[in-house]
Amino acid sequence: MSKLYTGAEIVFKCLEDQEVEYIFGYPGGAVLPIYDELKNHSSIKHILVRHEQGAGHAAEGYARSSGKPGVVLVTSGPGATNVVTALTDAYMDSVPLVCISGQVPTHLIGTDAFQECDTTGITRPCTKHNWLVKDIKDLSKVMHEAFKVATTGRPGPVLIDIPKDIQFAKTNYSKFKKEKKLNGKIHNKFSQNEIDQLIDLISKAKKPVVYTGGGVINSGPEASETLKEFVRLIGFPITSTLQGLGAFPGEDNQFIGMLGMHGTYEANNAMHDCDLLINIGARFDDRITGKIDEFSPKSKKVHIDIDPSSINKIIKVDLAIVGDVNEVIKSAIKKINKKQNGLKDSNKQRISKWWEQIQKWRTKDSLGFINSDKEIKPQHAVKRLYELTKNQDAFITTEVGQHQMWAAQHYKFNKPNRWMTSGGLGTMGYGLPAAVGVQIAHPDKLVIDIAGEASVLMTMQEMSTAVQYNLPIKIFILNNQYMGMVRQWQELLHEKNYSESYSEALPDFVKLAEAYGCKGIKANNPRELDDKIKEMLDYKGPVIFDCHVDPNENCFPMIPSGKPHNQMILGPNDKKENKISGKGKSLV
Amino acid sequence: MSSPKSAYSIPTKKGKLDTHIFVVWVDNESGVLARVVGLFSGRGYNIESLAVAEVDAAKNISRITIVTTGTPQVIDQIKLQLKKLVPVHKVADFKREDKKVIFKEMALLKIVAQKKKIEKCLKECKKFNPVILDKTNKSVVVQITALRREIDRMSKKLKPYGLTSTSRTGAIAMTRGADTFK
Repeated sequence: MSKLYTGAEIVFKCLEDQEVEYIFGYPGGAVLPIYDELKNHSSIKHILVRHEQGAGHAAEGYARSSGKPGVVLVTSGPGATNVVTALTDAYMDSVPLVCISGQVPTHLIGTDAFQECDTTGITRPCTKHNWLVKDIKDLSKVMHEAFKVATTGRPGPVLIDIPKDIQFAKTNYSKFKKEKKLNGKIHNKFSQNEIDQLIDLISKAKKPVVYTGGGVINSGPEASETLKEFVRLIGFPITSTLQGLGAFPGEDNQFIGMLGMHGTYEANNAMHDCDLLINIGARFDDRITGKIDEFSPKSKKVHIDIDPSSINKIIKVDLAIVGDVNEVIKSAIKKINKKQNGLKDSNKQRISKWWEQIQKWRTKDSLGFINSDKEIKPQHAVKRLYELTKNQDAFITTEVGQHQMWAAQHYKFNKPNRWMTSGGLGTMGYGLPAAVGVQIAHPDKLVIDIAGEASVLMTMQEMSTAVQYNLPIKIFILNNQYMGMVRQWQELLHEKNYSESYSEALPDFVKLAEAYGCKGIKANNPRELDDKIKEMLDYKGPVIFDCHVDPNENCFPMIPSGKPHNQMILGPNDKKENKISGKGKSLV
Repeated sequence: MSSPKSAYSIPTKKGKLDTHIFVVWVDNESGVLARVVGLFSGRGYNIESLAVAEVDAAKNISRITIVTTGTPQVIDQIKLQLKKLVPVHKVADFKREDKKVIFKEMALLKIVAQKKKIEKCLKECKKFNPVILDKTNKSVVVQITALRREIDRMSKKLKPYGLTSTSRTGAIAMTRGADTFK
C-alpha cells in the first residue's frame, strides 16, 4: 500500500509541485496543522506579515513583479475576512493569487463556532473561483485546479478553504502532471480573418492611436517586446492605462503618456479625435472613458483581450479579437511583414499630419507645474526621485491618491513588471505591503513605495515585516497632511468644504521609523531634497522618507466629472487664475 | 445643468429592454446556484424567474433556466459572465419571441369557492392542459402548463372566482426539432 499523507502534507506537496517558493501568511487556530508541517519543507519560505491584508498585498506585489502566482495562508474567521480587501484588489487588477484559508472542523461548520465564518460565501464575488474542501480525497485535485484557474486566461485570485479536520485526515497522493492541454475557459482561438481585418484598418487609418493596458503586462515580458516591435512597425502613437505603464518604454517618442482622468493632454485629445482606436489588453474603465456618449466619437474601435466578457461591456467595438495579447500581435506582425507592399512607408506618410497635431498638443506641456524654491512640490520630488534612480532598474509601488497619479505621470517606466499600483479597487495601504512582496521576489533590486502619508498609515505595521526579513524597501512619503485627492475634489467640486480630509495628528515619521528599527529621513526644503534622496538610496536597510510637500498642490491635468476627453482642466501653467491660494487651508 | 459633484460618468440613455431565457448547464455541486444568482445580483441584472434541477445524475449536471430582461448589451454581458464561471459547462440564450424554442411553465392553482365558480375556473383553464390534483366540496387544486404571460393572465382572471393560492415553477425551455443545443 502506498504511503498515506495528511491534508497538511498534501498542501505542501502541491505547493512544491507548483514550484512555490514563498508563502505570505499569518498563523491561527484553524491552520495550525499546516503551520506545523512548514518545517519539513525547506524549499518553501514563509513570510510572516503583521495583518492578513498585508499578506494579500505582499503576494500581489510578488505576483505582479515576478509573473508567478502569489500564495497566501491565513486562518479562519478574521484571518479570512482581513484578506478580503486584497482578494478584491487582485480580482479588479487581474493578479494571480492562491489563498489558502483554514476553516473550523467540518462537523462544526454552520454552528457559529469560534472563529467561524462563511469564507467561501464571503469571497465568492471577489475571487475567480473558490472551494471548500470537505473530503480529503479532493484536496490535491482542488489545489492544482486552483493554480490553474488563478494563472490561466485572465488571471485572478482564488481561495481554498480547508477545515481543520481535513488538514489532519490522511489519504494518498499521486504525483502531479502538468497538463499542456488548455481547458474550455481559456480563449485563444482568434482567426486569421480577424487579423486581416485589423491590418486592413491599420493600413487605412489616418489618425490612429494604440491604447494599451495591464493585459499586455499579464501576457508576459515577451508581449511587451512584441508590442514594441508592432508599434514601431506601424508607427502609431501609443498611450497606456495606469496598469499598462512599462509595457512600452515611457521615454520613447511614440509614447504620448498615460490617458484618462489624469492623463496627458495629447493622449486624451488623440483618443477623442482619432479615426482608429486599437485597444490592447485594456478594459475601457470609467476613469479612462469619461463620458461614454462622447468617448472617441469618430473612431473605428478594435479590442484585443483574453477575456470575452470585456468585449462590448462598456464601449461597442467594430472588431473584437479574443486571445492572448502576445499571440495576437505576433500574428499581426507576421502578416504585416509578409504583405510588405509598402505598408510601413505609406503608413508613415498617411499619418504624418496626425503626428504634427500630436506635437502641437504636446507643446501644451500638460504635466507642467510651477516649481518653487521654498516648498518641495510633489511633482518635483517624484521627478528628482526618477532622475536619481532611473539607472537602477527600480521597482515602484504606490498607495492610492494624488501621489499615485504624480508617480504615474512623472516616473517613467521602460520595462514591464516594474510598476505595481492598485488601479481597479484603489486600495489605500496597498503600496507598503506590495513593496515587501516585490522585494521578496527581487532581493537585490531597488524597491520604492511612492506613498501618501494617509495611505501608508493604513498598513504601516508591515514595516515590522520588512525589518524582520531585512528587506531594504524605501517608503517615499509625499506628506501633504491631507488626503490629497479627497481635498482636491472638495476644492474643485464641493466649494472648498474640506470635510474630514485633513489629518490633525500625524505621527513623526522619523521617530516611527526608528521605533520599527529602520531609518527615518525627513526633507522639507527643495535644496536638500537631492542629498536626502541619495542618503535614502545609499542606506542598506528599509527607510521611511518623510518628504514634506506643498499641501495645496493639485493633480493636473484632470478630466472633470462626466466630461469627454477633449474638455480637460489643465494645470496652473495654463490658467494663471486657476492658481491655488493659501486661503483654502484656513477653511480646515 | 449645473456640474454634477461626482467624477463618475453620467448614466447614458437606457436602451430597449428585451426578455431573454437563459439555459445554463452546471456541475451540481454545493454553492453553484449561489454563484449564478450572485452574479446576477452583484452586477445588477434582473431575475424574473428561476428553475433548477439535476438533469443528469451520472454526469452530475444540473440545468438552470433563468428568465431575465435587459438591453442587448446587458444580455450579452450576462451570457459572457456566466460562461466565465468555473462550474458552468454551456450557456444557451433565447429571445422570448424565438419560434424555434418551446417555453413552458407549470402552475398549481388552489381555488376555494362554490361549485359553480369552481366549474367556471376549470373551464377557463381548459386551454392549458388542466389536471385536477385534489378536489373537495369547497376547493380544487388544479395543475396547468402554459406560457409565463398566460399564467400571469390566468391568475389575474381567476382571482374573482376564488383563486387563493398560486405556486409556479418558473419557465423552462427546450429547442424544437431533433437538434440539441451544443
